[in-house]
This record gives sequence, structure tokens and C-alpha cells, in this order.
Amino acid sequence: MDMNEVTRRKFIVRILWAFGAILGVLTMIPVVGALFAPLLQKTPQAWRSVGEIDKFEVGKTVLVKYQNALPKSWSGLSSESASWLQRKSENEFVAFAINCTHLGCPVRWVADAELFMCPCHGGVYNKDGSYAAGPPPRGLYKYPVRIRNNQVEIQTSPVPITNLVEKEV
Amino acid sequence: MKRIKQFWEWLDDRAGISDAINPLAKHLVPKDAKWFYVFGSATLFCFLLQVITGVALALLYQPTTADAYASLQYISTEVPLGSILRGIHYFGASAMIILVGIHMIRVYLMAAFKYPREMSWITGVILLLMTVAMGFTGQLLRFDAKGIWSVVVGAEQAGRLPFVGTLAGKFFLGGDTLGGATLSRFFAFHVFLIPAIIFALLGFHIYLVFRNGISEPPKGGRLLKRDTYKQWYENMLKKEGVPFWPNAAWRDMAFGLLVVLIILVLATVVGPPEIGKPPDPTDIDTNPRPDWYLLWIFAMFALIPRSLESYAIVILPVIAGIVLIMLPVWFNTGERSALRRPWSIGIVLTLVTMIGVFWHIGVKSPWSPRFDTQPLSAEIVGKVSQEAKNGAKLFHDKACLYCHKISDYGGIRGPDLTDVANRLNNDQITLKIVNGGDIMPAYGGTLSKQELEQLVSFLETRKGDTSE
Repeated sequence: MDMNEVTRRKFIVRILWAFGAILGVLTMIPVVGALFAPLLQKTPQAWRSVGEIDKFEVGKTVLVKYQNALPKSWSGLSSESASWLQRKSENEFVAFAINCTHLGCPVRWVADAELFMCPCHGGVYNKDGSYAAGPPPRGLYKYPVRIRNNQVEIQTSPVPITNLVEKEV
Repeated sequence: MKRIKQFWEWLDDRAGISDAINPLAKHLVPKDAKWFYVFGSATLFCFLLQVITGVALALLYQPTTADAYASLQYISTEVPLGSILRGIHYFGASAMIILVGIHMIRVYLMAAFKYPREMSWITGVILLLMTVAMGFTGQLLRFDAKGIWSVVVGAEQAGRLPFVGTLAGKFFLGGDTLGGATLSRFFAFHVFLIPAIIFALLGFHIYLVFRNGISEPPKGGRLLKRDTYKQWYENMLKKEGVPFWPNAAWRDMAFGLLVVLIILVLATVVGPPEIGKPPDPTDIDTNPRPDWYLLWIFAMFALIPRSLESYAIVILPVIAGIVLIMLPVWFNTGERSALRRPWSIGIVLTLVTMIGVFWHIGVKSPWSPRFDTQPLSAEIVGKVSQEAKNGAKLFHDKACLYCHKISDYGGIRGPDLTDVANRLNNDQITLKIVNGGDIMPAYGGTLSKQELEQLVSFLETRKGDTSE
């Protein structure tokens, strides 16, 4: 009789442990979900106009700014992105990410020298975005550009993250 | 007075405060545990100071990407003593980093991480990591231009993780790009998540001090043996131990108060780091660099050979972490005196020197192009041919001057070219400009033949400051 009672109690306690574990895991799903929300959400990318085609001189590289894909009202200034837009010919445009491929700092276009230079660790890129000197593992990343209705449009894109192994560009 | 005493006796009887505290306060500690033993408690004082000032700052701070910058300016300029509050939090963080470092070096040199205090060391290593994480996330909550670029740089570092790099980077940014989620995440990390981990580990860390006792100062030749140590330690305490309070603790108190005093003085006299330009990711005219305690890592990133760098960014911290965690496992018993462990002194000196050197270079950041240089003055160029004068102008326009010095003017990444003509002839200079090098871009593709000739002819006039 005594034994039986203890076993029953043990049994109930085990059930409670199991129930607690299940409840714990269930509660944690949305918690972990909040932590990883940025990875789970699929952000649709959008095309943003950065100006009329005639605004850009052939051979020139200029900084253009545009809104991110899904700006929130609390994003403030950080809802904006920028890229270096280069008009290579009449209807050929290239958009370079402003982020250095070394550690992401904003590179500056030095027009006379025709070089992109990074203030952080001295990375240098050629006019075509290819690697020129310093620590970066590869050339600048490019964003999709197109011309629609006489407007130059850039596709919003994730901040390019350089990975461990990168092909040199 | 009598009433107060009565009330205290009632409270103490019902709540058991003395019963709980006295055994801890009066527990015996080695009598020679003196001034070398104050750094851990001083770190604790700093942490408490950070918690208190952190709560105060959180009362005033707006943790949204849009409003943080304005609220920081509000705290700095409008809130009474707000600037001093920020100052205390900043210098408190700095002090905590320094003291954690000294505490760790002390424990390592006295080999207090050995049996039976391995867990104290291991929790300490994680606490060190958390302290640095607090430093990083904290500097970033100062959400100006430097703040947002700290996030991006952090994301890029995470991006070098094998296989999950891009995901880790996105995790850091709080999405594809900087945005509404970015700051909220770091606020939650800095204010809730990491402090919770620190509280838990710190509680355990301190509990272990009572469980295993404060390590006695080592004596050369007195070897630590696993079988006998605990018994020996107990006997030693019984024979010559002193109560923690007040015999040992007064030093902790004195030093802790000194540290807090220094923090207050610095916060008032020097003040907090200034709020930089607005957090605008499209403003490329910015020069991101971390607060002083991470500056040496920033310098390492510039100086590690390029072919190794991506690996070093991930692997070095991992190796450092493993070595630190495994230390008490690999070296568990035996000699504790630093004088008889000369390697330990060598390692500490090497690391401290290395960090010091990287830090010093980081302050100067020679690799950073000096974008703000103006064309060389006519005085520096001197009386030279028109071709060389054109070359001097090109020397600035083509950004040579950003990295090369001439007559004490210009950047310092490349060699000083004040007297380059004494070292290199016409062909050698041309070759160097055309082909570049590891840290210098090749100019062969962008310079016209005429421009190249002008540049070389200018450089050929650089024979040192002998003329005037």
C-alpha cells in the first residue's frame, strides 16, 4: 500500500515534469522567434528611383540615396540606404555598395584619383569596384540597377556581408 | 535611539539578516590576502555603479532608431547633471574593463585558477566576455554615426563565421539593413539579456569564493596537491586565518571607494564622449572607430596580413576563448608562484605589450587615408619646373598625399617621400606608381602618360629639406 502510494506520487511528479517541459518549450518558441525574427522575415526588395537618367553625367560616379525596402515609422534616418552610382555609358549604369568589403565601413569616391577609399583600415578599390589595395578580401559589391520610364532605379538590397571565403573580384 | 535598536532587533529576529550575513562576513580568509586581492571587488563596485547609472540613463533614453540620437542630446544638454551621469557610466565602463583585466592577470600570475578554484576562473572568463560585450553594445547605444557603423562592423565580423556568416550578420543588423529593429535589439541585449547573464554568473562567481575560500598568496616551492590541499587550507585558516570583515574587507572598501572617486572626478572634469554626427547610414563622410577599449582590436584588423585576415577574425577569438577556458584543466596543480612560473610572467608581459602597441598604433591609425589634406603649398613644392608643379598638384588630386608625407605634410600610411629622389631613380619611381603594392593601388590604369611623367618629375625634385 505504502509503496503503491509513493509510486503514484512519483508518477504524477513525472507527468508534471513532462508537462512543464512541454509548456516551457512552447513558451520559448515565440521568445526565440522574437530573437531570430530578422532572420525569419522575408523582406521583399523594391525598386527605388534615384532620379532622371539625364541627371547623371556619363563617366561620373555619384552618391545616391533611397529608402530601404520596408521602412518603419521608428526607423528614422536608418531607413535610408546609399550607393555609389556610376554612369558608364549612355544606358549603362553600375551601383556599388558603399560598404567596404573588409569590415563594412563607408567608402568614399575620390573623383580625381578615380579610387574608392575606406577611412577605417585603408582599403582601396578601383573605378570599376575591383580590389586595388589594403585589407579588403574582394572588390566592392554591386546592386541591381535598371532604367524605367527615363528613371534610374536601384533595387533595395541587404547590406552585403563578406563571408569567410570570398572569390576575389 | 532605543526605539530604532528595538526595531532592528525585531526585524533581525524575524528576517534573520545577521544569521545570513554574519557567517559570510566573519568567514576566515588567509591573513596575507592583502592589496593584490582588491581588484575583483573593485570590478564588482564598478558593475553596481553601472547598474545604478544604467537604470538612471534608461529613464531618459529613447531606445528607438529614430529617437535615440535626439534623446542622447537631451540627456547631455538639457537634463540636469545628465552629462555627468553619462560620464559616470562611460568611465565606469572603462574602469570595469581595466579592473577586470588586472583582476584576471593577478589570478593568472598567482595561479589562483588551479585546483579547487577552476570554476571561478571559467565563470570569470565568461564574465570577461560579457563585460566586453557590454562595452561594445554600450558604445553602440550612443547611437550617432559611430554607433551605427559599429553595428555594421560587428555584423561584418560575424559574417566571417563559417557557414552561418550571412545569417549571423543579419542577426546583428536586425534584418537586411540597418533599420527600426537595429537599436531595439541592442538595447535589449545591453539592458536585459547580458546583465541577466552577468548577474547569474556573478552570483555563482562570488558564491564560489565562499565555497572554496580566497586563495592564499602562493609561496615558491609549496606545491599544490589535489589530495591534501583542502585539508591543508582548512588547517591553515584555523591556525592563522583572519575574519573577512573587517580585517580583509577594509582594503576592498578603501580601493573600491578610490575607484568610484576617480570615476566621479573624470566624469565631472573630462565628461562623457561627445555625441557625434547623426546616425545617417547614407552619410559617407564619417570615420568610424571604436571606443578606446576596443581600439587595439581595430588596429589588429588593419595590420593582420590580408590572406589570413578573414580567418583570423573568427579563429583568433575562438582560440583565445578555448585556451582561457582550458587553462585550469591543463594546469591544475603544482607550482603556483609566478616567480617559479617564468612563462606566465612572459605571457602576461607579451600580451600587455602587444595590446599596448596595437592600441598606440590604433590611436594614430596610420592606415587611414587623410581625406582632408589640401594641395601642397607653393612653399613646399619650391622652385621647380612647370611640369613638376603640375605633378605636385596631381600628387594631391590623385590622393597620393592622403597616404604619403612630403615635408611633414600628408598621410602616414606609405613611406615619407620628402627625399624619395635620394632613394629611387626615375624608373624605380615610375614602376612603383604604375604597379602599386600590397597597400598601394596600382596607378598604371588611371594615369595618362603625361600625368605619370609630371608626377615622376615632381617626385624627382624631392631631395629632402636641404634647400631652405
